[in-house]
Amino acid sequence: MVELVIASGKGGTGKTSLVGSFAALAKNAVLVDCDVDAANLNLIIRHRIVEKNDFSSSSKASIIDGKCTSCGICKDKCRFEAIFFEHGLSPVPYYINPLLCEGCGLCKQLCADDAIAFEPLKSGEWFRSESEYGPFFHARLGVAQANSGKLVSLLRTRAREMAEKSNIDLILIDGPPGIGCPVIASITGAAYLVIVTEPSLSAIHDMKRLAELAGHFKIGIGLCVNKYDINIELTEQIERYAESAGIQLHGRIPFDMGFNEAQLEGKPYTLVVSRNSSRVIADIWESIKNRMQMIENEALKNKV
Amino acid sequence: MIISFASGKGGTGKTILATNMAAAVSRTEPVVYADCDVEEPNGHIFLSPGELEKTDVTVNNPLIDLDKCTLCGICSDVCEFNAIAILGPEPLVFPSLCHSCGACAELCPEKAITEIPWKTGEIERGYSGKLTFFSGRLNIGEAMAPPVTKALKKALSPDSTVIIDAPPGNSCPVIEAVHGSDFVVLVTEPTPFGLNDLELAYKMVLKLGLPFGVVVNRSDIGDDRVEKFCADNNIEILLRIPFDRELAGTYSRGELAIDKSDDFKKKLLELYQKILSRTNYG
Repeated sequence: MVELVIASGKGGTGKTSLVGSFAALAKNAVLVDCDVDAANLNLIIRHRIVEKNDFSSSSKASIIDGKCTSCGICKDKCRFEAIFFEHGLSPVPYYINPLLCEGCGLCKQLCADDAIAFEPLKSGEWFRSESEYGPFFHARLGVAQANSGKLVSLLRTRAREMAEKSNIDLILIDGPPGIGCPVIASITGAAYLVIVTEPSLSAIHDMKRLAELAGHFKIGIGLCVNKYDINIELTEQIERYAESAGIQLHGRIPFDMGFNEAQLEGKPYTLVVSRNSSRVIADIWESIKNRMQMIENEALKNKV
Repeated sequence: MIISFASGKGGTGKTILATNMAAAVSRTEPVVYADCDVEEPNGHIFLSPGELEKTDVTVNNPLIDLDKCTLCGICSDVCEFNAIAILGPEPLVFPSLCHSCGACAELCPEKAITEIPWKTGEIERGYSGKLTFFSGRLNIGEAMAPPVTKALKKALSPDSTVIIDAPPGNSCPVIEAVHGSDFVVLVTEPTPFGLNDLELAYKMVLKLGLPFGVVVNRSDIGDDRVEKFCADNNIEILLRIPFDRELAGTYSRGELAIDKSDDFKKKLLELYQKILSRTNYG
């Protein structure tokens, strides 16, 4: 069983659209949407939710009115400036802003009057679905919540368990944008990362940072260039960079309004009528599959 | 006056709008641009701020004095983030999990824990005419963006208009970026992904209690569901920008669209005035 992550650094390069098409081409994979902040894969993959679970991340502190003696130690010690003092606030002049509370619990530990409640908070939901292309794990992090990395790790664990139980060889992961906590949680321990980029200076900058992050975690990287004809010169620059950095190129996809059409129809791109680039995407998928096979063979050889 | 550009979905055009508005406004008055997408900052590509002054951003990590430590395990018990483990003969600290809350140092009965700075990123500052450029940059391999954003926002002077370029998403890094804004511009596109993520971003600004409006970018590429959603919820659409392949090319080369199109510049300055008139600054 291998985990393949599709990510980009920069948002909006076409990750989710490609993951949908890859899922349709792979036919039987465990699918995971790790962009729990703004999950979209469920909008283009037909699925039925079969299991729904609450997710609670950290606990949040709040002041118990009757017990607080207004000593102020909680406010003094809170590193996150989450505790406020306001004259005339009733019944106690202190309050904790839950959006700023980091959930460290130090205030509760220090409060001599035992006047701080510290309770786990439901901060999202995660789902197991059955999709036409295999089991599908996705989530919805509540807005303005923290700990998306923890939710991502949970989804990946459930996906691995499912893959083992059902004898499915591939886990296909739609990654979040950026290089921070949810991205690290999405890529660590994965077999291969395919970066979807586009020919703009912004996307190139972001791709390089993601590639460096993947190098940091020793994950193999491949690359494909979406909307390549928006700027051919930069596409060539990206391809030269990939070659010099030992990143395998899996292909180029032209700018194509068909991707929008697919979204509007709620389908993977490869299933809509004006799918001019279907061949291109199928070739990219073959190339990725071959590379993954090589990685698997390599891993087996090292085991022996 | 602080205006933030945010969006649930990435790649909707936050940076195009924020950089072009900052540059357009700076032709006549001082303005601050702050790139709070510290994981993937791109503002410098468009605003050419010249030589950058850099300041380190550090967070505190525990350093345990083994001579004083009795392996009592209190530090590990009180750490909500599992950043300290007592397994063998020595406590183990995992700096990447540490949230720098100080609970371990505060509660260690032997006073065996001090806190040492750990660099997680940088704040960059530069100038271009009347524009002051700020950007945060998270070190590669570091998980937590909010401390860099927080340090960046502390460095901003509130004397002139501040334009904040927020990261994508709806969770902690975005909250840190838009918190304290006078107005938030939610940038979206009229597609199912754009709509889904706009709905989330809308809930976020409501939760934060911030005034906001919507800009629909590539307004002619999708359907009318974003328009309907805004109408049903009484959300003001401040501006619609049709898809323009020329503009995509300008963006790809890292150029400012206001230098190529007077019409675009006019639209952004009108947007700026509109935002001012929706706040106490108008």
